[in-house]
Amino acid sequence: MVLPQPDRPVLVSIRNLSRSFGVVQAVDDVSLDVYAGEFLTLLGPSGSGKTTVLRMIAGFEKPDRGSIELGGTDVSQLPPYERDVNTVFQDYALFPHMDVISNIEYGLRVKGVEKVERRARALVALEQVRLGGYGERKPAQLSGGQRQRVALARALVNRPSVLLLDEPLGALDLKLREQMQIELKELQREVGITFIFVTHDQEEALTMSDRIAIFNRGKIEQLGTPREVYDNPYTTFVSEFVGQTNKYDLNGTTINIRPEFITISKGETFGDRTVAGKLRDAIFVGATTRFLVDTVDGGTLIATQRHEDIAVGDSVILSWESEKEFLVN
Amino acid sequence: MKSTIPTWMHKHPKFRLAALLFAPTSWLVVAYLGALGTLLITAFFTINSFTGDVVAKFNLDNFHDMFTDPAYRNVILRTIGIALSVTAICVLFAIPMAFFMAKIAKPKSQKILVALVLTPLWASYLVKIYAWRTMLEPGTGVVDWLLSPLGIHSPGFGGPAIIIGLSYLWLPYMILPIYAGLERLPNSLLDASGDLGAHNFYTFRRVILPLIFPSLVAGSMFTFSLSLGDYITAQIIGGKLQMLGNVVYQNFSINLPFAATIATVPVAIMAIYLWLVRRTGALASL
Repeated sequence: MVLPQPDRPVLVSIRNLSRSFGVVQAVDDVSLDVYAGEFLTLLGPSGSGKTTVLRMIAGFEKPDRGSIELGGTDVSQLPPYERDVNTVFQDYALFPHMDVISNIEYGLRVKGVEKVERRARALVALEQVRLGGYGERKPAQLSGGQRQRVALARALVNRPSVLLLDEPLGALDLKLREQMQIELKELQREVGITFIFVTHDQEEALTMSDRIAIFNRGKIEQLGTPREVYDNPYTTFVSEFVGQTNKYDLNGTTINIRPEFITISKGETFGDRTVAGKLRDAIFVGATTRFLVDTVDGGTLIATQRHEDIAVGDSVILSWESEKEFLVN
Repeated sequence: MKSTIPTWMHKHPKFRLAALLFAPTSWLVVAYLGALGTLLITAFFTINSFTGDVVAKFNLDNFHDMFTDPAYRNVILRTIGIALSVTAICVLFAIPMAFFMAKIAKPKSQKILVALVLTPLWASYLVKIYAWRTMLEPGTGVVDWLLSPLGIHSPGFGGPAIIIGLSYLWLPYMILPIYAGLERLPNSLLDASGDLGAHNFYTFRRVILPLIFPSLVAGSMFTFSLSLGDYITAQIIGGKLQMLGNVVYQNFSINLPFAATIATVPVAIMAIYLWLVRRTGALASL
């Protein structure tokens, strides 16, 4: 994993950005630095302001307050066509009346790139997203995944300094999405362009990002590497939005522990914390099983691990290392 | 067994289809195709010049007269010219209006705007054209009163007046299809074009215009064909100017076959127009 390196220059610098729609404060005083070449994900539930931030970077929305610097110049008042960024849209937004190659060439054509060079660059981009030979098809003749790749090629062919991706994998089915996550990440390393990626899928964010900014109600709740965010969530919101968390009242103090750190057994213990209880339910989810346990002091804990032969109603012992617990504010 | 008729109908899908289409098909065949066929046949008849009765004898004399007499040729060309001008003016006014309605106005005002665009259709055609007559009246009309301080005068009654009147009458028929077309156009396409570096005019020319072209065609079929067949507007505000419809109207009682011959011209022009449009592929996505 590429950790944010302080020696990398800041490419996008967002300061005190705010935007409201009517009475809704969509983005509320957001500040954020994006380093050159990094894969930054804006993660949050719908309505948390992540897409609005992305649209303000692209220039589709104007901020009420605050600034967006791109490579040192404030672009927050510029129209989209004067910004050195390109966007991959959620619905791909391919031009339906143009074939694939014309779609990819569009940006170069606008900029007056000469025909031979334009075609050559578009073909390279098409190859890059592994769609060689599909140039003459119309978008309607492509599958969702292929359209997604064309949208990616259409943006990348312009060699923008920042690529903005607005939930680009949201419309794909699970298998394809997982495959595209890996491909996107590889492509980003290959082209070395800074990616700002918007998603509401925490797994996707953890898989792909160098850093994640977690949005809630128009504000960034936490900004950090996937490990930092997962292992040390600052707030209850982050701990619950990224991964699953047991909130448990232990002798008067509330502790937080991830289900995968708890071991369930009929006698043995693994760790310095132990709680006895009765198995209420066991949910088989393939690679793991989720055990729902009613503890003796009236609480509920979830443990996730490989399948164990424990019947519902059996007495069990839950155990974990206390150092795996975390505090939130 | 209960509800035997619905059950029987369910088992006989062909009968169901026949029941569904009986009324519209009979209307289409008898009233529409029948009338059109009669018109076409009559166009090849002639009249007895003494009695004025229609003589059902096939000949091409009417067509020969129509194409050789420069007066009729002028009327045909003038009518096409007027219909084209009206269509062009309607497109010019309808695109910005429809764009505002579909892409800029808030959803609430969108519905109000659609209603407002439709309101002129609630008033009678005659009333509207007479209103234009009063407005265009040279010297005393509203147009002269309003614009003469600026040095602009009413065009008076004639070709320009007909074009103004018809453009006014048919504008809603152009706005609505374009509005519907723009409604279907995702905003993200406009965003994407700007994102890829295109300023607004480029986006209009390369993205919006090609995608709403079928809507323009749909609208122009109304404005063009309605203008081709009109005679009342020409009669009221056209001064001495005649359109094809006026010639039909004048000949209707004295030489019915010749009136029918003239009436085939707009039909033929529309057929050619549709054929040209079909070649552009716009009908496929209509």
